[in-house]
Amino acid sequence: MIRPHRTHPLWYAFILHRVSGALLALFLPAHFWVLSMALNEAARLDGFLAWTDMPLVKFAEFGLVFLLAVHFFGGLRLLALELMPWTSRQKTLAAGAVGLSVLVSGTFFLQAV
Amino acid sequence: MSSTDTRMKVSVWRGDHEGGEFQIFDVPAQDSQTVLDVVAWIQQNDDPTLSYRFACRVGMCGSCAMMVNGQPRWTCRTHVKKVLKDNCIEIGPLRNLPVIKDLAADMDPFFEKWVKAEGVFHPSKTRNDQIEEIDPASVQRVKADAGIECINCSVCYASCDTVAGNPDFLGPAALNRAWTLYNDSRDAGSRKILDAVSGAGGCHNCHSMGSCAHFCPNGLNPMDAIAGLKRATAAAFFRRRT
Repeated sequence: MIRPHRTHPLWYAFILHRVSGALLALFLPAHFWVLSMALNEAARLDGFLAWTDMPLVKFAEFGLVFLLAVHFFGGLRLLALELMPWTSRQKTLAAGAVGLSVLVSGTFFLQAV
Repeated sequence: MSSTDTRMKVSVWRGDHEGGEFQIFDVPAQDSQTVLDVVAWIQQNDDPTLSYRFACRVGMCGSCAMMVNGQPRWTCRTHVKKVLKDNCIEIGPLRNLPVIKDLAADMDPFFEKWVKAEGVFHPSKTRNDQIEEIDPASVQRVKADAGIECINCSVCYASCDTVAGNPDFLGPAALNRAWTLYNDSRDAGSRKILDAVSGAGGCHNCHSMGSCAHFCPNGLNPMDAIAGLKRATAAAFFRRRT
C-alpha cells in the first residue's frame, strides 16, 4: 500500500526508477545466458529465437523495452538534477521521461506485431 | 466563527515513546476551523491530559506540525475542510522523531542534525569591521534567499523516507540550511560545511524523492538545495585531487 506521505509525482518517479532498475538487474543474467548460446549452442539459440516470436513473449518484450526506456530517461533526469543547475520543473521532466518511454516501447511493440 | 450542529470524528494518537493507540473524539465542526483548533478544542473541552505543541498560531514559529491523515502538515494553517474525509480526521505526532507524549514529538534529533550539518553561522568579520554590502540580486544571494524562510517545523524531515531508512541522514532541513549558509557571502565556513555534508549521512544519501519539497509549508525546495550540495561537494572533491 502506498502511504499518504508518498502520494505525489516525484515519489512515483522514484519508485518507478527503483522497480525498473531491480527488474532489469534480474533480467540481465538471463539476457547474457541467452547471448552466450551464440558462442557454442547455435541450434539452441535458434530454437529460443523462434520461441520469442510468440505474441505473449513479444508483449513481455514490450514490457522490457518500457522498463529499459523508463530507467534510461528517468536516470537522465536524475543526472541532470544532480549534476546540472536544472533543478526546477522536476515533475514535468519526470512525466516527460515516462512519456518518452511509452513512445519508445510503443513503437517497439507496433514494429513487433 | 459560527458553530453548526455537525460534529466530526477525530482520531488522535495517544501514547509515548513506548507505544500507544488512536483515541476517537467527537468534536463540533466550525466554520474556518484549523486542525490546531480541533486539537485545542479536545484539550480544553474533552481531555485536558492531551499533550501537543504550538506557539504562534499564524504559521511563523514551526511548532505545531503533526501528521494529519498520514501527511505532515503545519496544523495552525491547515483548514479542516481541506483534510476532512468522510467526516473523519486522523491526527498523530510527526513521523521520524521520538514521541514525548501524544502529539508532541521530541525535536532534539532534528536540531542536533542542523548543528552536525554545520548549519551554524561562521562569522567572517568582527564587530569592528564595516558592514558588508550585499547585492540582493547577485546569483549567490538569490540561491541563499531561496532557502532562508525555513521555520524549522520538521515537516520535510517527517515526510522523508531516506530519514526513515537511515537514522544518520542529516535530513532535508539541515541540508537546506547548510546550502543557504554555503551561498551566504558573509559565512566563512564553506569548507567546513562541505566536509560536514559529504560524509556518511550527508547529502549523497538523498534519493531525490521530493517529499520535502512537496510538503514544505513555506514552498521551499530542500531537494534543490541538496542537489546544489551534491554538485558543490563533487566539484570540491575533484578540485582537491588536482
